[in-house]
Amino acid sequence: MNAKTAARLDFAIEFRGVTYYINDIPARPIVSGVSLTISRGETLVLLGRSGSGKTTLLKLINRMLVPSEGQVFVEGRPTTECNPIRLRRGIGYVIQEAGLFPHFTIAENIALVPTLEKWDSVRIAARVDELLRLVSLDPAEFSTRYPRELSGGQRQRVGVARALAADPPILLMDEPFGALDPVTRAELQREFSALTRRLGRTIVFVTHDIREALLLGQRIALLQAGHLVALAAPDDFLHLDQREVQAFTACLDSSDGVAS
Amino acid sequence: MTPWNFFQSHRSEIFYATLDHLTLVVIAMALAIAIAVPLGMLIVQHRRLRTIALGIASVFQTIPSLALFGFLIPIPFIGGIGRRTAIVALVLYAQLPILRNTYVGLSGVDPAILEAAEAMGMTTTQILLRVRLPLGLSVILAGIRTATVITIGVATIAAAIGAGGLGTFIFRGVAMVSDAVILAGAVPAALLAIFADVLLGQLERALKVV
Repeated sequence: MNAKTAARLDFAIEFRGVTYYINDIPARPIVSGVSLTISRGETLVLLGRSGSGKTTLLKLINRMLVPSEGQVFVEGRPTTECNPIRLRRGIGYVIQEAGLFPHFTIAENIALVPTLEKWDSVRIAARVDELLRLVSLDPAEFSTRYPRELSGGQRQRVGVARALAADPPILLMDEPFGALDPVTRAELQREFSALTRRLGRTIVFVTHDIREALLLGQRIALLQAGHLVALAAPDDFLHLDQREVQAFTACLDSSDGVAS
Repeated sequence: MTPWNFFQSHRSEIFYATLDHLTLVVIAMALAIAIAVPLGMLIVQHRRLRTIALGIASVFQTIPSLALFGFLIPIPFIGGIGRRTAIVALVLYAQLPILRNTYVGLSGVDPAILEAAEAMGMTTTQILLRVRLPLGLSVILAGIRTATVITIGVATIAAAIGAGGLGTFIFRGVAMVSDAVILAGAVPAALLAIFADVLLGQLERALKVV
């Protein structure tokens, strides 16, 4: 094994010269020439405006999308060489509004991946209880309810529990708290931040909210029009002098720029 | 003769014609569902096939029902005079509403839910059977309901090719210029349609996932 391959295995995720464009139109790439490594257990925030390519980058990790150029490595293997179903079952995924199945109870929603993986029912039930407690929901009260009977914040907690169900080492989160009211959002951000420290997963977190990025990220990757323009730890990020970084940090001074 | 008198004196004949009619409709609908729902599930994934299938189903819908019965008579195996030909025509007629609603129901699921399903590692078949189908069921059923009501009506015309049913009275009444005889076929057919509509409507609401 050469040095280059060995180095790869230290990272949970690696983007190597990744470009992505739709319908074979290379002139208008959504993501362009991104190289980036994410260490095991790290929480990396992808920050950027709408349309900057952050969600696309996230979907390239679990092979919802395939790079047009370059390669994405997950646990040292190019995603194009992985079975997409197997790959995805090993990666938790949380989206805005949680994307819970309305015809499944909360317990059935959380049990989705374990059920697909054919765990026995005793083990599934125990896991569901454990996860509900982890996200501060009482199993006795919530297991049998349907998503529509829950508040937005509660649904988002269930979304996190569902993503963690099969104990995936990697968690992808696409603006998970974006649709919540500011108070609930702050509450969940605090809890989630404590939870991630405890669980030690590799997390890739997409947001357009600079405050959320500073609070949750160990590193922040700033995207602009598909390019990676800055990559730094929160403390250093604030002192970068790129124009796009300053456009985001400027939001911190005004109270209205964030709550969108 | 008043319609009521006619009804009184032909009670059992009307009863058996209604039964015949119902049998015709039930057989036709069972076959129509067995064809259109799986076909609808297939065309969710296949775009080319979707255009072709919906196109053909639309064409059948535009052929006047009496003409469709007529066209089928000379065709070997499925044609001829009688119930079999009528069932074939009714099945063809019921395709469009069921096929279209199956497609709309299965493809109209919230994209966020489908995205989550895919990202959790569900296969295309699992997404179809465990997500699209349960969530689209009420829309599919709405199509079956429309098709059933249409089929009950169109089945009266099947009497013209000797398939029996309530249409027998309608054609006889037209020939005899007797409202009473026409009504003896038309009223039970209308009642059947209303009954089916209400029943399937209730089922549709019961299966609806908010």
